[in-house]
Amino acid sequence: MIKKLAGSIRQYKKDSILTPVYVVLEAIMDVVIPILMANLIDYGIDEKNMPYVMRMGAGLLLCAVLALLFGALAGRSAAIASSGLAKNLRHDMYYKVQEFSFSNIDKFSAASIVTRLTTDVTNIQNAYQMLLRVAIRSPAMLIFCLVVSFRIDAGLSMVFLLAIPVLGAGLLLVISHVHPIFQRVFRTYDRLNNVVQENLRAIRVVKAFTRERYEEKKFTDISQSIYEDFSKAEKRLAFNMPLMQLCVYGSMLLISWLGARAIVASGNNPALGLSTGGFMGLITYSMQILMSLMMLSMVFVMIIISRASAERITELLDEESSLKNCADPVPEVKDGSVSFEDVVFSYGRKTEKPVLDHVDVRIASGQTVGIIGGTGSSKSSFVQLIPRLYDVTGGRVTVGGVDVRNYDLSSLRNQVAMVLQKNVLFSGTVRENLLWGDENATDEEMVRACKLAQADGFIREFPDRYDTYIDQGGTNVSGGQKQRICIARALLKKPKILILDDSTSAVDTKTDALIRRALRDEIPDTTKIIIAQRISSVQDADLILVLDDGKIAASGTHEELLKTSRIYREVYESQNEGGAVRE
Amino acid sequence: MSLRTKGVPSVSKTPPKTAEGKTPVRRFRPGTVKRLFSYMSDYKIQIVLVVACILLSAAANAASSLFIQRLIDDYIAPILLEKSPVFTGLLRAIFLMACIYLAGILATLFYNRVMVVVAQGTLKKIRDKMFHHMQTLPVRYFDTHSFGDTMSRYTNDIDTLRQMISQSMPQLFAALVNVTAVFLAMLYLSFELTAFVVVFTFLILMVVRKIAGKSSVFFMRQQDSLGDVNGYIEEMINGQKVVKVFCHEEKAEEAFDRKNGELCYCSTQANQYGNVLMPVLFSMGYMLYVLLAVVGGALALAGVQNFGMAGIGVLTIGTIASFLTLSRAFVNPIGQVSQQINLVIMALAGASRIFDLMDEESEADNGYVTLVNAKIENGEIREAGERTDLWAWKHPHRDGTTTYTRLTGDIRFFDVDFGYEDNKTVLHNVTLYAEPGQKVAFVGSTGAGKTTITNLINRFYDIADGKIRYDNININKIKKADLRRSLGMVLQDVHLFTGTVLENLRYGKLDATDEECIAAARLANADGFIRMLPDGYNTVLEGDGGGLSQGQKQLISIARAAVADPPVMILDEATSSIDTRTEAIVQKGMDALMKGRTVFVIAHRLSTVRNADVIMVLEHGRIVERGSHEKLMQDKGRYYQLYTGAFELE
Repeated sequence: MIKKLAGSIRQYKKDSILTPVYVVLEAIMDVVIPILMANLIDYGIDEKNMPYVMRMGAGLLLCAVLALLFGALAGRSAAIASSGLAKNLRHDMYYKVQEFSFSNIDKFSAASIVTRLTTDVTNIQNAYQMLLRVAIRSPAMLIFCLVVSFRIDAGLSMVFLLAIPVLGAGLLLVISHVHPIFQRVFRTYDRLNNVVQENLRAIRVVKAFTRERYEEKKFTDISQSIYEDFSKAEKRLAFNMPLMQLCVYGSMLLISWLGARAIVASGNNPALGLSTGGFMGLITYSMQILMSLMMLSMVFVMIIISRASAERITELLDEESSLKNCADPVPEVKDGSVSFEDVVFSYGRKTEKPVLDHVDVRIASGQTVGIIGGTGSSKSSFVQLIPRLYDVTGGRVTVGGVDVRNYDLSSLRNQVAMVLQKNVLFSGTVRENLLWGDENATDEEMVRACKLAQADGFIREFPDRYDTYIDQGGTNVSGGQKQRICIARALLKKPKILILDDSTSAVDTKTDALIRRALRDEIPDTTKIIIAQRISSVQDADLILVLDDGKIAASGTHEELLKTSRIYREVYESQNEGGAVRE
Repeated sequence: MSLRTKGVPSVSKTPPKTAEGKTPVRRFRPGTVKRLFSYMSDYKIQIVLVVACILLSAAANAASSLFIQRLIDDYIAPILLEKSPVFTGLLRAIFLMACIYLAGILATLFYNRVMVVVAQGTLKKIRDKMFHHMQTLPVRYFDTHSFGDTMSRYTNDIDTLRQMISQSMPQLFAALVNVTAVFLAMLYLSFELTAFVVVFTFLILMVVRKIAGKSSVFFMRQQDSLGDVNGYIEEMINGQKVVKVFCHEEKAEEAFDRKNGELCYCSTQANQYGNVLMPVLFSMGYMLYVLLAVVGGALALAGVQNFGMAGIGVLTIGTIASFLTLSRAFVNPIGQVSQQINLVIMALAGASRIFDLMDEESEADNGYVTLVNAKIENGEIREAGERTDLWAWKHPHRDGTTTYTRLTGDIRFFDVDFGYEDNKTVLHNVTLYAEPGQKVAFVGSTGAGKTTITNLINRFYDIADGKIRYDNININKIKKADLRRSLGMVLQDVHLFTGTVLENLRYGKLDATDEECIAAARLANADGFIRMLPDGYNTVLEGDGGGLSQGQKQLISIARAAVADPPVMILDEATSSIDTRTEAIVQKGMDALMKGRTVFVIAHRLSTVRNADVIMVLEHGRIVERGSHEKLMQDKGRYYQLYTGAFELE
């Protein structure tokens, strides 16, 4: 785990190493300065030796400046290293998430991924900074003090050696009790994030049903459980500091008692044993030890909290994408032909019956194919296999005669443009959204694509035309406008295959027909696969597939299907009640 | 996702609030600290206890230094003088110290544990208050603010407060106690030297303020930037399918790296300034020491009079030596606390963002007419305690009387003008009337203003001019919650919540029985596929109903509205992803349910609206035609064109 995280330090290795170095230099100053200070009093002030005071003062100031310099440098490099590590971690995780398939994302849930990328990384950042600044310094000070005390009186210093295991055992006990709680707390954080996210996205539903109180209840329940868990964990962590104090004060009292006896035994003669001077030294160092231990205990708390976060980050980084490029990917899509060969597909849950059940379809390049089917008949699942948004469970899907799994993913998807049923525009201008299709598109190309998608007209009516800003999720354009911008965006890719998944549902019939005619006339070589509810949207297609319950119930042209398919005929009739008027 | 500005698209004037470095310098909100304390007011007793324990713990510390100072002189030295050493005095002193230490340790343990409760309780209170307040915000807020940024306030910003309250606050207080004690001791020794220390301390504080000020600007930016990153990740993961379909991963990564870089920059700067504070303070402490030694030495040599609480006399060397020791004790706690300053500044930045959200203005609701269940007694409408099939508006008047108006679902617009932004009118002069029991359909090309009308009926947005009356009551007089309770809505974009199918169906009526929910699902033709799910009605839906098709989600959403059983229903493209055969079944069910009630329907699919009583054709925010299907077909106007669009082309 640590190795994995350390792998993200990269260019900040220098600062990560320099920090402890500066810190140690600063610590040396911190050791030297008190000695100078003592001298200043003992030999300067007490002896009324002003020149000595001046000299020592100058030395002291120099040391102070050096301490400041090293301290500042340490602070700077610690900040750089820890912020940098956080940046790299977020970077690595985000790139990882981009590789994820949808089943990977579903496994973590969007809210959890967001928490991991921000909150958890922040925890690591804080812990790392603390670690760099304290983790070397405090143990160094600790060892230094221990060594010196042993040199003063080895026997008495054994007291410290007695205290340290007690302390260690106590801390271990705390960790083992606290860690599982923190693991739980962060899972609860995910739930909290999820509730907030759903609430934000569905605020209209909440308000329309006046469920504000209910949502608050949901939220406060989770909030309460965070409160309880965090309190429980931190209450246990609160033993940390008193435990330290117990050990250090205990040692001090023991040293006082044993020391007094030793001094008496030696008759306060340094030659024979412990003297009062050595004794005071021991006491001073035990205070130093206390200070170092306190600092260490703060690091310790940070590490416990961040351990759970570190686990969550590595979990994400270790996740293998379930959709991967094959070893020797085919870089180019030859043409727009598509075939489904005995395809079986399910979304992963084994108990469920397959969503697509032994489907065989052949589509020639340049054909227009319409897909009709009832709600839940797997129309969307069917087309999502073509750009390999999911992998088949059985059989194979080919594009241009090659199994989609053998393509380089991005070359495949660049040639298969898909307008999703649930359209998403991103915050940014219309132009920025369109450029998703082709970032190098010229204005002319953009306008042409928009004309084909019947979007140019209304975009021009916008106050800022193509530079009109689209709010998050495209809330400030109507459903039909959004759909047409999405179609234009897909057209800009100049794909070999264009898939429209119920993409004109919010567009009126006339505009729908205009779009279809434009597609037919302007991009005749592109294979067009159109899912629609309206028969009128597909009746001119070269091939119409009727999906029912995950199977191809019938296929053929409009005329053929009217004769052969009962389902198709019913749909047709339901849309054309009253005879001649067609919808 | 949602359907805000149908009609001529409104353009958000708020630019993306991110931008590297371009953001104006944001500082803490004034009064943030005071406000934070106000949230801790529930814990007054605990805080008093904590303060007492900190004092106790500090006293134990002081006793400890005293004991060590006097250990040799008062205890060990006398023993040395004795012929046969007697340790009882020392033993007694050690025992006494052990007791004091124990008390100190227990006090530390106690206040640390109490502080945990205070901190976590305060955080919970702030979290809950923030969520509560968020529920009262107008829809406009949600339309214009990044979701992820708002989410960040609940996690990242709240988190900054955690450490500050439980860790930094007690330490700051303990330091304050120490500093005060030392200061008094200084005054006791010498006024002049103390005055010198005060002046120097003032200097130190100036420096601290300067550095902390720098740091705070960057911490503020760091938290904003973190919110921005949070928002970006949230939006991108939500649109992951689009990202993949367009192979936009690299672009998405580039944009992410930019935001990530900005966050890293702010974080580095903020921490850097914070980290420098401690060495600066310590060095200044050393400087003070040297200056005191020099000045004190000079004064002593000059034989200057010394004024102290201890008395007036010549400044002695002993006094100076003691004073120097004290000056270290004075600076040390300040230096140690400076480590906490980072946390404090960060917390204030987080708190500022939290309070920003909490200060957003709530949806205005001056309504006083409420919706009640009613029954008819002696031909008069009376309020009923239990649930009846009859609803009435309870209308209290200024003279103290209360009248009841039966809810019939009569909705009228009088010359309504509306724009999402002040200077852009989306609806012009709309006058319409829906009589009780009518099915009113809105048709029109995309962006004509259909959804906008429904946004006004349930007051997601308020009209600019004109009047809307509901059962002859101005809707501004109706309490929003009651108004919305009377309107069932099935929205264009379906949002389901994490939970079982049953829980989702029950969303509109929390006390609905399982049978009611299943009946509604049958009515919406959703029963069939729900039963096919792994656990049927108890299947847990996650990620906005992931795993269900768009059409299936719409069916559930219709069933959800049917469970709520509202007097008036608004169906906004409720069946757009449902195939026409299923739709016909759903419609039959809905028609039976809504018999005698008012229904508003918006659809592009004309088969959906054909059997409406009244069809309104909207064009550019105006109603251009109205009438029944037959009448409008005869008129051969806009509706005829829309309806026969396919023919026109051929």
